[in-house]
Amino acid sequence: MASPVVQVRNLTKRFGEFTAVNGVSFEIRAGEILGLLGPNGAGKTTTIQMLLGLVTPTSGSIHMFGRDLATHREEILQQVNFSSTYISMPYALTVEENLKVVGGLYGLSSIPQRIDEVVKKLEMEDIRHKLTRKLSSGQMTRLTLAKAFLTEPKILFLDEPTASLDPDIAYKIRALLKEERRASGVAMLYTSHNMREMEEMSDRIIFLQKGRIVAEGTAKEIVTRFGQADLEEVFLKLAREQ
Amino acid sequence: MKLHRINALVTRHLYLYRRSLPRMMEIFYWPFLDLVIWGFITMYLMKFQDSIPGAVTFFLGALILWDVLFRSQQGITISFLEEIWARNLMNLFASPLKPSEFLAATMAMSLFKVAAVSIVMSVCALVFYSYNVFTIGMWLVPFVINLVLTGWIIGVLTTSLIMRFGQEAEVLAWSMVFLFQPISCVFYPMDVLPAWLKAIAWINPAAHIFEGMRTVLTTHAVPATNLAMASGLNLLYLAAVVGWFHYTYNVCKDRGSLVRVGE
Repeated sequence: MASPVVQVRNLTKRFGEFTAVNGVSFEIRAGEILGLLGPNGAGKTTTIQMLLGLVTPTSGSIHMFGRDLATHREEILQQVNFSSTYISMPYALTVEENLKVVGGLYGLSSIPQRIDEVVKKLEMEDIRHKLTRKLSSGQMTRLTLAKAFLTEPKILFLDEPTASLDPDIAYKIRALLKEERRASGVAMLYTSHNMREMEEMSDRIIFLQKGRIVAEGTAKEIVTRFGQADLEEVFLKLAREQ
Repeated sequence: MKLHRINALVTRHLYLYRRSLPRMMEIFYWPFLDLVIWGFITMYLMKFQDSIPGAVTFFLGALILWDVLFRSQQGITISFLEEIWARNLMNLFASPLKPSEFLAATMAMSLFKVAAVSIVMSVCALVFYSYNVFTIGMWLVPFVINLVLTGWIIGVLTTSLIMRFGQEAEVLAWSMVFLFQPISCVFYPMDVLPAWLKAIAWINPAAHIFEGMRTVLTTHAVPATNLAMASGLNLLYLAAVVGWFHYTYNVCKDRGSLVRVGE
């Protein structure tokens, strides 16, 4: 079994009296896709933001590649990237310009070549010189994915990466992510509200509720444990128990 | 600090300016308008040259130097606001970019703006009013360096406040610097201030620069004390505000507000 590239131990985040994440522990192994599931407000986004070093945990630890994020932020984030439907890229720059800036931020050695590869992979040739403000939401999602792929990360955090895409593009993106995992061994933390997608994509799933992990295992194991027909039924059962 | 990350951020801002007329206007239009207005005021005052000696050099020189400070501050604060407006802070701070590199990039942008504005204003002053900013002499160099530093101090302070209090504090980007203008003694000597305000002006590095400029223009004396005071205060304040920026960054990370600054 591959060694864990992400190790989270007793991660807790409190905002005043409110506990957003409460003693969460999990691991992600190299080449693994871990699904992070939970209703709105369960703590998924806060967890991802802590993993990206954007929010400081109240307690607990985050290790990636065996190093503590609190003390090795720069070298860890060099090998990490993320994509989310809810983020944006500078509107006044073209797709290519945005990718060049990202390449520079991560110190890539052959930026034009990497951009060519990623643009081709994500079928973005036609929008390469388009201003970002003129992109559709689906094209914007592809741009944020391109940004994530560009740096060839070893860990990828994907927050609802297909939420704004039509079924055809969403299918292609999922296929691409699986191919990327197979080819490069990138580990992924994946969130989605599409249960079929979660079942398809995730090797394992952790289910968050009120900041705590309430279920963990493969989709099949979780469905069996809760005695429901499918993952969506489990989600509805747990979400309504809140 | 990694130069490639600073360079990437500077490139990102230069892309922005390259095709944005409003942003180019911010660099050229307002300074030019300022110069036209103050140029005519100065021409009018020249009629009283006997009672206000050196009016031309005082006012136009002061205006150009004030714009150095103003654009230096704007270079820092507007660069930060651009990231807020583009909702790009999450992309930046989830990358290996360090806060110190972010600041260094905004400082580089500030130098770019100062250089552009200074060239435009100096050339226009020469063409339209036959005023050569270099009449101040070699002292212009340390004056400009110190005014850039003062602009950075106000810029980093303003940026920290916007980061801490969110986009509602955005107005500070344009207003904060003018809080310092009365005590910078740009167009009048420090002596005209009431005693209590003079005490405040005395700890303002910009006031020492403008005092120094007047000293050079009227007596041609070496403004050593003014320059020493300005440099000492600038270095002290710059260290303090950079420290405060890092502290604010960590407070925002702790409160989870760093990625919500623009919301």
